[in-house]
Amino acid sequence: MSIDTAPDSTRSIVTDAANSGQRGAHRVARKHSPTSFAGIALRTPGWVLTGGLAVIFLYPLIWTAISSVAPRAGTNQVDGWGIGNYLTLANYQAGIWVYLGNSVFVSLLTVVLTLAVSLLGGYAFARFRFPGKDVLFLATLAILMVPYATLLIPLYVLLNIVGLSNSLVGVALVLTMFQLPFSTFMMRISFESIPRELDEAAMVDGCSTFGALWRVLIPAVKPGLITVGLFAFLAAWNDFFAPLILINDTNRMTLPLAVANLRVQVQGVVDYGATEAGVVVLALPCILLFLILQRHYVRGFMSGAFKG
Amino acid sequence: MTATLHTTASPAAPPDGPQSRRLGRRGRRGRRTHGALAGWLYATPTTLFVLLLFVLPLVLVLQMSGSDWPLLSGNQGVNFPENYSDAISNRFFMDSVVFTLKYTVLTTIILLALSLGLALIVQESSRWKGLLRTSFLIPSALGLASASLLFYVIYSPIAGPFADLMTSWGFTFLGTPDGALWSTIFLIVWRYAGFYMLLMLVGLQGIPEDVYEAARIDGASRWQTFRDVTLPLLKPTLALTTVLCVTGSLLAFEQFYILTKGGPDNSTITVVQLIYSVAFQGPNDLGVAGALSVIVLLALVVINIAQIRAFGRKVED
Repeated sequence: MSIDTAPDSTRSIVTDAANSGQRGAHRVARKHSPTSFAGIALRTPGWVLTGGLAVIFLYPLIWTAISSVAPRAGTNQVDGWGIGNYLTLANYQAGIWVYLGNSVFVSLLTVVLTLAVSLLGGYAFARFRFPGKDVLFLATLAILMVPYATLLIPLYVLLNIVGLSNSLVGVALVLTMFQLPFSTFMMRISFESIPRELDEAAMVDGCSTFGALWRVLIPAVKPGLITVGLFAFLAAWNDFFAPLILINDTNRMTLPLAVANLRVQVQGVVDYGATEAGVVVLALPCILLFLILQRHYVRGFMSGAFKG
Repeated sequence: MTATLHTTASPAAPPDGPQSRRLGRRGRRGRRTHGALAGWLYATPTTLFVLLLFVLPLVLVLQMSGSDWPLLSGNQGVNFPENYSDAISNRFFMDSVVFTLKYTVLTTIILLALSLGLALIVQESSRWKGLLRTSFLIPSALGLASASLLFYVIYSPIAGPFADLMTSWGFTFLGTPDGALWSTIFLIVWRYAGFYMLLMLVGLQGIPEDVYEAARIDGASRWQTFRDVTLPLLKPTLALTTVLCVTGSLLAFEQFYILTKGGPDNSTITVVQLIYSVAFQGPNDLGVAGALSVIVLLALVVINIAQIRAFGRKVED
């Protein structure tokens, strides 16, 4: 499926209330007319059943958000409702701001590196012929075939050798490498869906290949870039395994690692309240970003980047 | 994970669109010589990342798997077959392989069946179905580690919403081997059902409407339509989702590391957890960990090729 048809079909998959007519109409019409009284009576069990399913999916999130501010013995929020658990979280070891800062740094650096590398790489794969092109493209995709652990153990040794042990930059470099198969593939098909006449016209007007990329093509592949950036951010923000292996210094830990460690406070007693608060802080940016950019998230699937 | 599928398909994709063929011969040749250098230039960052952070570590892990390589003191010389025999004779090796396979089979069957069901439910577009889709998808935005921490609290016999129920009925979610396995599977299904539902939806959208129309005219029941029309036409999607789900489940780590820590009684140790603990917790033996990693890599390649072969043959039938 080429990308220029994607936005259209994306819209019918994404929740877009305003859009509910049009494309989907024929499928609805195939069943029964929605307005008749009998139709409503017939469909009520369906609503109850599917609504129940939706509740199962949302309940754990809502319960965690509520109980993170609810009173419970053994946490920092014993009496009444309040933000005691968030205060525990804020004062944990180096302080939550350090861990939040580390996570933001790793995530942003990963996003920037992934965008830069896949933009240039996608341009090269889509528009140029050069020896070794197919080998390089297959090697990039082959990253997906290799288990995380298989690469992280030698990477731990290699980063130590080059002085990037315990370094957030090292983590961002590794996370960028793990993002390359999806992002390179995505950017390649984004460029391929743009008519060649566009950059040829720019070059006739005197642009270099880089000028054509910068002035003409970047605006045209912007949707692809947003999708790549969103996936890179979600992956980097949430990653647990790479920092677990590559970071030993408690002041350099990222947020998921810090929250997982904070669970077990002194004497092996688990602070459930602070854990709930940590999960809320971890999940909230992802859920908000997902709701805002849902259409771009779905495009990642529609584009065929997950298809053979 | 998907690379196995891409490798079969992507070389066939023409490097040039049909538009370029319309260019004059001279223009095209000029472009190619000009293009090779510039192409390499634009591909340099990708090349550097692939060589330094992917190919080089792969070579190094091969060397490690044949060397005596303690975590702190580095390479101590060749230790070739011993690392591999040590890896296989590790007292948790067989248990972790069996457990990982059991977990993979259960997760794949449950997750794919459920996500196909969800996709069929929300296939039509309406306001209500849109809301349902978003509800199913929201857990996919969470990281696996966040989701595991979330369920760590929910399954807790002290703080979870089922704490009272657990005391009065006398059970715990994570207390028994079977309980821990099924609790983890529930967490994974909750986290990934929306993701796989989306892949199924993309597959369902690719089935043309007139095929359903023909089935309806022939008087096929809903179940017949599903079995004889939807399922066969969905085969490429089912192949992709199976490969993704099997690969992801075979490499399971975070959910067990956070939720069960391999317990109770070391009953939920996965292969990747074994690699991690051999390398960083206790033995600190990167040589044996490297040998285990190479074994997992080879097993994964073999399993994925077998799956693609199996699905390919079924498509031809």
